[in-house]
Amino acid sequence: MEIKKTSLNKLHQTNNAKFVEFAGYEMPIQYSKGIIEEHKFTRSHSGIFDVSHMGQLFIYGDESLTEKLEKIFPLDLKNLKQNCSKYSFLMNEDAGIYDDLIITKIEEGYLIILNAACKDKDFEILSNLLGSKFKMNLDNNRSLIAIQGPKSVEILKSIINGVDQLNFMTGNWFDSDNQKLFVTRSGYTGEDGFEISISNDKAEKFVENLIKKGAQLIGLGARDTLRLEAGLCLYGHELDINKTPIEANLRWAISKSRLSNGGFIGSKKIMNQMQGGASQIRVGIKPEGRLIAREKTKIFDDKDTQIGEITSGTFGPSVNGPIAMGYVNKEFSKVDTKILLEVRGKKHPANVCALPFYKKNYVKGIN
Amino acid sequence: MSEVKFSKEHEWITLEGDVATIGITKHATEMLGDIVFAELPEKGSNVEKDGTAGVVESTKAASDVYTPVSGEVVDTNQAIVDDPSKINEDPEGSAWFFKLKMKDQSEMDSLMNKEEYDKFAKESSS
Repeated sequence: MEIKKTSLNKLHQTNNAKFVEFAGYEMPIQYSKGIIEEHKFTRSHSGIFDVSHMGQLFIYGDESLTEKLEKIFPLDLKNLKQNCSKYSFLMNEDAGIYDDLIITKIEEGYLIILNAACKDKDFEILSNLLGSKFKMNLDNNRSLIAIQGPKSVEILKSIINGVDQLNFMTGNWFDSDNQKLFVTRSGYTGEDGFEISISNDKAEKFVENLIKKGAQLIGLGARDTLRLEAGLCLYGHELDINKTPIEANLRWAISKSRLSNGGFIGSKKIMNQMQGGASQIRVGIKPEGRLIAREKTKIFDDKDTQIGEITSGTFGPSVNGPIAMGYVNKEFSKVDTKILLEVRGKKHPANVCALPFYKKNYVKGIN
Repeated sequence: MSEVKFSKEHEWITLEGDVATIGITKHATEMLGDIVFAELPEKGSNVEKDGTAGVVESTKAASDVYTPVSGEVVDTNQAIVDDPSKINEDPEGSAWFFKLKMKDQSEMDSLMNKEEYDKFAKESSS
């Protein structure tokens, strides 16, 4: 299959991107300054991320669509205000996660942002569940640009009037350069920021404008270190079809009202695990010293019994040390529990720790 | 000091008397990206030509460091373990990895000179 390119591919090349294949797309892993510089620039200034490979699924409908979607997602969508976003997941009957996503209620229905590697299958699953009554559009004509970091609001405001009025996890349509952009105040770095949905033919010029105003392009490499410092899950690593939201320690993302009544796909398993507890739980892990424990690193107790596995591990540039997330047996999930990580045949000490590794700077309430 | 020689695994080596100093090339650091971890062989241990003699990790991945010649490890550079970013800053100078007392200096003969290595590095990265 031919590798797909986003509408910003040329711009990445001009900016000396090193490319990798990611979910069938040629994506920039880093630019000339490297992952650590890019990471730090995002935390101190403003980073631009091309996330156009992600799916932008528009589903059109009225209250009957809301009712249908409540049978799928563990969210209180009836009480979700228009232009408000929620983090959620698409699950199977066993509460295994097909994908994690952001869903926003818009005037026309819903906008769901899906992972690139999952979006086509998600579309198929949702089509089957929703039937033919609702028009669905996995929009390939729009790019998705994230701008993240403390200077992002000033920079974006100077191009799109009024975006500074958005609260965290809300969005709206804005007019800029004779077209409609959908902007949400959200992101996946632990920083204040925005995601902008823009038609493909306008994306390059828009990003060039952001660069002129002082933002810089950031690759997927720094996106990974940023989200890991922020303690956020990445599908295919922390989350997959064999993990449930309870095991992934994402109970907060399930609406309280839905936890008592259920009625969504996977609710039985979730309610069972809520009572009995999950046998394994996602935790933050800090290796002692400088050792990096990568994905698939085995976790042991002091009696040489394997108690879990690392799902993501790297060096955290803002933490200035190694960080990781993984799953451990429930009895080892308390903060400050001593564990051992097997790296290159040797066992190294590490500690279970609280997430996030890096404190968030989200803007919660403006209005 | 002898001419600097290079291996296909992107190590550089110089010889002074029978003690070889070994590190990784600038080209290698450019391929690896930001180095955030380094592990070196133990002083007093013996390493064999083309065997592993350490590890470097970038933000992206871990890579083995090989030794282009055999010998006994007589010194290691603790400064790069304490601050691995030094490897990116000065890979072919102050950020050397380890020193070996060589057994067989003829092992140097099969290694590349600078011109040959530059050509090899250019070809292997394109």
